[in-house]
Amino acid sequence: MGFCSLSNLAMADRHGEDDSPYFAGWKAYDLNPYDLLCNPSGIIQMGLAENQVGTDLLEEWLEKHSDIPTWKGTLTSFKQTALYQDYHGLANFRKALANFMAEVRGRRVKIDPDMIVLTAGATAGNEILTFCIADPGEALLVPTPYYPGFDRDLRWRTGVEIIPVKCYSYNDFEITFPALEKAYQEGLNKKQSIKAILITNPSNPLGLTISPQTLTMILDFATEKSIHVISDEVYAGTVFSSHPFTSVLEIVQSSNKYDPETVHVVYSLSKDLGLPGFRIGAIYSSNPKIVTASRRMSSFSLISSQTQVLLKCLLSDSVFIAEYLATVKERLKRRNEEFKRGLKEMGIDSLQGNAGLFSWVNLRSLLVFDNLDGEMKLWRVILEEIGLNVSPGCSFHCEEPGWFRVCYGNMSEDEMNVALGRIKSFMSGGGAQEEVLLSTSKTDISVAQEEVLSTDISVTAATAAAACTALGLDASDLQPEPLAH
Amino acid sequence: MLSKKVRLEAHGEDSSYFLGWKEYEKNAYDEVQNPSGIIQMGLAENQLSFHLLEAWLASNQDAARLTKNGESVFRELALFQDYHSLPDFKNVLVDFMAEIRRNKVSFDPRKLVLMAGATSANETLMFCIADPGDAFLLPTPYYPGFDRDLKWRTGVELVPIHCSSLNGFKVTKFSLEEAYQQAQKLSLNVKGVLITNPSNPLGTTMSHDELEELITFAIAKKIHIISDEIYSGTVFDHPSFISIMEALLDRKLEETELWNRVHVVYSLSKDLGVPGFRVGMIYSNNEALVSAATKMSSFGLISSQTQYLLSKLLSDKKFTRNYMKENRKRLKARREMLVTALREAGIECLKSNAGLFCWVDMRNLLSSNTFDAEVELWKKILREAGLNVSPGASCHCSEPGWFRICFANMSEETLNVSMQRMKAFVEKTTQQCRRGGGRVTHQESGCNSRRRPLSNWVLNLCSYDREPYR
Repeated sequence: MGFCSLSNLAMADRHGEDDSPYFAGWKAYDLNPYDLLCNPSGIIQMGLAENQVGTDLLEEWLEKHSDIPTWKGTLTSFKQTALYQDYHGLANFRKALANFMAEVRGRRVKIDPDMIVLTAGATAGNEILTFCIADPGEALLVPTPYYPGFDRDLRWRTGVEIIPVKCYSYNDFEITFPALEKAYQEGLNKKQSIKAILITNPSNPLGLTISPQTLTMILDFATEKSIHVISDEVYAGTVFSSHPFTSVLEIVQSSNKYDPETVHVVYSLSKDLGLPGFRIGAIYSSNPKIVTASRRMSSFSLISSQTQVLLKCLLSDSVFIAEYLATVKERLKRRNEEFKRGLKEMGIDSLQGNAGLFSWVNLRSLLVFDNLDGEMKLWRVILEEIGLNVSPGCSFHCEEPGWFRVCYGNMSEDEMNVALGRIKSFMSGGGAQEEVLLSTSKTDISVAQEEVLSTDISVTAATAAAACTALGLDASDLQPEPLAH
Repeated sequence: MLSKKVRLEAHGEDSSYFLGWKEYEKNAYDEVQNPSGIIQMGLAENQLSFHLLEAWLASNQDAARLTKNGESVFRELALFQDYHSLPDFKNVLVDFMAEIRRNKVSFDPRKLVLMAGATSANETLMFCIADPGDAFLLPTPYYPGFDRDLKWRTGVELVPIHCSSLNGFKVTKFSLEEAYQQAQKLSLNVKGVLITNPSNPLGTTMSHDELEELITFAIAKKIHIISDEIYSGTVFDHPSFISIMEALLDRKLEETELWNRVHVVYSLSKDLGVPGFRVGMIYSNNEALVSAATKMSSFGLISSQTQYLLSKLLSDKKFTRNYMKENRKRLKARREMLVTALREAGIECLKSNAGLFCWVDMRNLLSSNTFDAEVELWKKILREAGLNVSPGASCHCSEPGWFRICFANMSEETLNVSMQRMKAFVEKTTQQCRRGGGRVTHQESGCNSRRRPLSNWVLNLCSYDREPYR
């Protein structure tokens, strides 16, 4: 026997982290980050879907309740907390979380705390549900464009495949019945057993909720095909439109048509409360077998009991929570409107979003080549010439080139306006701007050029390498950050 | 229809072990409220030194308040989800680990990968090293949770390295070879050996000779060694703890291939008594493994709130030194209490120098030298003595009659009560045996070394949904 190597999992690249150009932008930002005072010409990070618009409120709450984290103001003592490792999770935390989840859904949904399975983040929640529902080689349907992390979370260790349900700009990327059918047929043709459809509602990267009609259509489809529905609702609390957020649970609970044991929700406090570092996620399911199995699997991804105790207190402060949710919505709405308006003034369109921490922006008219290569070149221009790290649509498996996700929830309003100002300068640069766009098109990007100029716009490692070369970076230098939703 | 992992329920949690938990939860001992309830002696928790942690917290409010010199660091921590973890935390952890090993080994924080508990670390190592269908060899008896942690989602097989009471359950060259041959017979591709050192459930550290045999074996077979060292800080007596890393250095193996195939698992759950905080880690010299494991840790990151608290705690070297000293002293005293009391009741324990439990020899109380008799005895201890202990079969011990009894998860008073009950139980049982009641005749005792399947009625209680193993 030769040298005993690592597993296929470890050696292959199914985690997807080296395949996405997403990371080259991160590296560039890390080397030259924007700072109002110290580095005003640095790169502004607009590729990170973080919610910082309400952090000041949380800071205030913590200051007012400074006894709680030291266990002085809590019912659970330090010792009890430190010893508590039961995968059911602290009962009063689960109750508080259930109450919060119901609140975010306008109390139109009943959330039973005993059907909540706690997981260290939605990352773990999505993987665990996939392990429970599908065997290696089986498949999930996932509408595009979708969060790049799914390529790792749903596929890597589970061995499960993703079949994209392709959505297009002509109808604002809405999921259609023909698209579902087409994807399903594709699975059949490849002899893949499809076990579930996973939707993200509100959508990342679209920043849009899925309408009740579309949800009903998806449920009808899933029922007909006897597959599960997984609804990743991590952005539920960021919906700022006047129309309330409709969770898939609301439709299931108000109808007899659907089997509640086949519909599951993944949730997290990373986006709504802006606490990704605390690793608070949950699976919600009415299927007792799934609840039992996923609870046992959560042993590999438990939430720190210290964090459960703190969050139980925070979430139980209903006055604060109501104020927090309302304020965050109002601030996100303002950001979204300002950003959209600012772009519009420069002749740039973006999807009319109603949720999320980002805008889905249409830069197709700026592409020199109407394909992946063109999109990558434009992305490089935005990074190098405008100084903004945004996320190209190809990293979300978008079918059409030219769309970009631009985050604005992870910065101050001033910083967002600086970003808008930079775009404006570039766009009104006239001839200079065109020159830049055209000159980058002449950059020699190696033999992969032929590949990427084809109509198949799937991202390849060669493209990532090309992106790195174009930026003068060594691909092996990349120390990618974990994929933030 | 759900996945095979759910339908076949290969998580290993349906062993008879659960009966004890269920009974305990229905009727838990309380000094005042329920003095006749069941005393939990099946839980390997370290509750002996909380007063030290509490005192430190009281004098260092910053750490829990998420402030630094009075200024809030909440925002940075709330947003910190980098799978490289808080640098400060890793730096103090490597120092802490080195100290536990009397600074015979030093660790590089860049080779440390943090994740939510040793449970997560062990599984991640399996995912990184073995493909589904590959095998790992494990000395028996071993921690029952491994059947879930190492096998369930990974599809890896475990092949036991049978250890015997004849030599104190030590790993021998013969037992290693035998396990390897067994794997070959089963057409399994062996990827490595996983040792727990100090051992759960034995409470002993591996000797220099054992480690030598293991290293020689791993070199010859070109396989990995995983050393689960989560009890390394609980070594309270001679011989001193020898980490696998120290053994490698002693043999000057730093430049060899084996150096990249040895990995350590650690956690703060046992040494610091904070299992709820979910602090586990992998240490490896193998760059590719560190890289893959780091990415996998996304599925189980440690809360930044907890990383911050513990980085402050462990950076207080005066505190950690005092804590470790005091912790060992208390563990030793408790172990003495248990061993002495059992001896007075006519029961011997394996000579131990570490851990939160003793490996207790109750073979002379068995009605026959079978695992059926062991289950019978265990149920009697539970029902008649009101003590929940762990039967050796749940740890895959090859010989019936051994039990793990924990001593660090209760007060001294409670331990005393449990020992009184044990004494009374043993007296009663011995009398019964003398009178010939319940003793199986030689013809009926059947096969003594082959493991018998557990009885149906016990298996029927398997649906109990509770996390038992620690």
